[in-house]
Amino acid sequence: MREYTKLAYSSLDDFLYGKCSNPVVCKNGLVIGGGEIYPEVNFTLPPMKATQETLSEAKAIYKEMVEGVLKKAYELHASGLVIEFETLPQFTENPEWGIEIHKILRDTMWDFEAKLGLKSVIRMTPNDMREMSRPPIMRGGKYWDGMERIFAQTARDGADLLSIESTGGKEINDEALMNADLRTCIFALGVLAPRDMKWLWTNLVKIAEENGSIPAGDSACGFANTAMVLAEQGFIPKVFASVVRTMSVARALVAIECGAKGPGKDCAYENVYLKAITGMPVSLEGKTAACAHFSPIGNIAAAVADLWSNESVQHVKLLSGFAPTVSTEQLIYDCRLMNVAANKGGALLLRDWLVESDCYLDSQAYILRPDVVFEICAEVIKTQSPFLRTLGVARTTLDILQRAVNKNELSLPERELSWIGNLQEQLEEIPEDEEQFISEMKEEVDTSKYKPEEYGI
Amino acid sequence: MTDLNLLYEAILKGKQKSAVELTNAALADNVEPKLLIDEYMIKAMGEVGLRFENQEIFVPELLMAGRAMKASLNILQPIMKNSGQKTSIGKVVIGTVKGDLHDIGKNLVASMLEGCGFEVIDIGIDMDSEKFVEAVREHNADVLGLSALLTTTMPYMKTVIDALRDAGLRDKVKIVVGGAPISAGFASEIGADGYGETANSAVTAVKNLLGLGK
Repeated sequence: MREYTKLAYSSLDDFLYGKCSNPVVCKNGLVIGGGEIYPEVNFTLPPMKATQETLSEAKAIYKEMVEGVLKKAYELHASGLVIEFETLPQFTENPEWGIEIHKILRDTMWDFEAKLGLKSVIRMTPNDMREMSRPPIMRGGKYWDGMERIFAQTARDGADLLSIESTGGKEINDEALMNADLRTCIFALGVLAPRDMKWLWTNLVKIAEENGSIPAGDSACGFANTAMVLAEQGFIPKVFASVVRTMSVARALVAIECGAKGPGKDCAYENVYLKAITGMPVSLEGKTAACAHFSPIGNIAAAVADLWSNESVQHVKLLSGFAPTVSTEQLIYDCRLMNVAANKGGALLLRDWLVESDCYLDSQAYILRPDVVFEICAEVIKTQSPFLRTLGVARTTLDILQRAVNKNELSLPERELSWIGNLQEQLEEIPEDEEQFISEMKEEVDTSKYKPEEYGI
Repeated sequence: MTDLNLLYEAILKGKQKSAVELTNAALADNVEPKLLIDEYMIKAMGEVGLRFENQEIFVPELLMAGRAMKASLNILQPIMKNSGQKTSIGKVVIGTVKGDLHDIGKNLVASMLEGCGFEVIDIGIDMDSEKFVEAVREHNADVLGLSALLTTTMPYMKTVIDALRDAGLRDKVKIVVGGAPISAGFASEIGADGYGETANSAVTAVKNLLGLGK
C-alpha cells in the first residue's frame, strides 16, 4: 500500500488544469495530465428496454453514437479524447452484452485512429452490481463474478482505463443522507467504504495489471453526488452535502493507495483533493454536464481538471444533431479555450476566474477553492486511518464554512446556517477511537441492511 | 386536561418522545383518537408539508415530524381498529421497477405519504410485474407508485400497468409514476393516472387521485 503523508504540490500556483505531477501515459501514447486538457465523452441509450431482444438495436445505437462523436472530434481537430463506456446494469449483469458493446466502441475508435490519426482512449466503467443483493454481498457471489468477468475481458480486448462507482457502505448511507445523519454517514464513508475499497481495488488493480489496462479510479457518486443532487432539489442542506463531499476523500484515497493511477472518474468531485495529495490526473464535469445533472459548481469544477466530461448524454435528436455529438462539440470548445489560455501562460488566471465565478455562491463550490482544497488535504494527510481522516475532514470542513460565513465570503440562506452548528453538535458525539465507534454503530445500525462480516468488522 | 396544541407542536417540531407522552396523556383524558389525528396530527403534518414546500425546512426535519406522527399513530391505530374505525386515509403500494436499484426518491415519497396519513406498503427495488400485481391484490391498494431512474428501466412501467390490466386489477387501483427520466407525457403514454416530478408533487398527485386534494 502506498502512503501519502504530504501534498503533491508545494505551491498553489502549480495546481492547475491540464497538468499534474504524475501524468498517465496510455497505450497509444496519449498523455493525460501532461499539459493539455482533453474532452471525455460519455453517452447512453435513449429510453428503451435493454434485453436480449433489443440487444442488436442497442449495439447499432452505440455504433452510431461513437461514430458521431469521433467524426465530430476529427472535424474539430481534437488532438485526443477519452470515451467512457459506463455500462447499464443489464450490461454488467449479462457481461457478454457489455463485452460485445465495448468491442464495437473499441474497434471503431481504433479504426478512426488508424485511418485518421485521431487518438482516443476508452474508459470502461462497469456497474457495481453487488448492491443488487440486499443486504449486499461484497466479496464474492454471482454479481461480483459478473463484474470480474466484464472487467477482465474488456481489459483483454483493449480497454485503456478501468473505473467504477463502487457502493460499499451505500446501503446504509442512503437513509443517513435523507436524515442528515452525520454519524451514520461517517460509519458508511469512514469505516465501511474504505474497507470495501481496499478489497475491491486490490482486485481491480490486479485485473488491470494482468490484462494490460490502467487502473484509473473510483467515484463516490452514490454518496456525495447523491447528496449534491438532493441538496440541489432543496431536500437536504447544502452544507451537509459539502461535508459529505469532503468526507468521501478518505474513501477515494484508498483506491490510489492500492495502486490506482488515474485519471480519476469524471463525477468524482473528490478528485480535486486526490490530485492535490497524489498528483494523479483527474477527470471532472461541470457546466457541460448539465445534460445529465444540474450543479452549483459548473465553472469551478474545471479549475484543476485534466479531462473535461459531459457525465452522460442520451442518444436523442436535437436541432443540430444527436445529443452525444452535440455534447462532444461543447466539450471540445471548452478544452480548446483552456488549452490556448495555458499555452499563452494564462492557465493560472483562467483557473482563478473559474474558481471565483462560483466559489462565493454555494458552500459546495467554496470547498473546491484550491486554497481550501489544500487546507482540507492537510487534515487528510495527518493520519493514515481512513476513519480519523473522515472525522477530521468533517470537522475541518464545518470550521472552514463557518469561518467563510463569518468573513462574509460565503452567503448562506437562513435555513442553511443553523445546520453548521447542528452538524458540529453531531460530531461531538462521535468517539475518536474507531473500535469503540464500530462497536457503538454495530448496536445502532439495522443489520438487515448490511452485513458487517462483508466488511471484516 | 392535556393541552392538545402541544401535540400539534410536538409533531411540527419532530419531537417523538413528547408526541408519544402527549398522545398517552390525551387518551388518559378520554380524548377520541380520531379527534387527535384529524384535528392535531394531520394538521401538524400539513403545516410541515407547507413549510417544506416554502423552502423553510429540509427533508430531515420533515422526516422527524413524520416519525413523531408515526409513533403517535402506533398508539392510536390499534384502539381505532378495535372499535372498527378506519386507520388511514388510503393505502399505497410503492416500488422501483425491475432492473433498477434506485430507491432514494421512492423512499422519500413513501415517507411523505406516511406523514400525510397514508398506509404505505414499500415492496422495494428491482421488482417485477408479478410482485406489483401480487402486492396490489394482497393489500387492496388504492394507489400504486412506480419509480425508475434509468432510461432503460422506465419502459418496464408499462409492463407493470399491462400486467395489472391482465390481472383484472387496473380499474381498481390508481397508478402514479415518477423518477428522473419520467415526464408527464410518458406517464400519459403508458396509461398511468398521475405523475410526480418531485416527491412533493407525487404526494399531491396521490391525494388528487383519491379526491383528498385541497
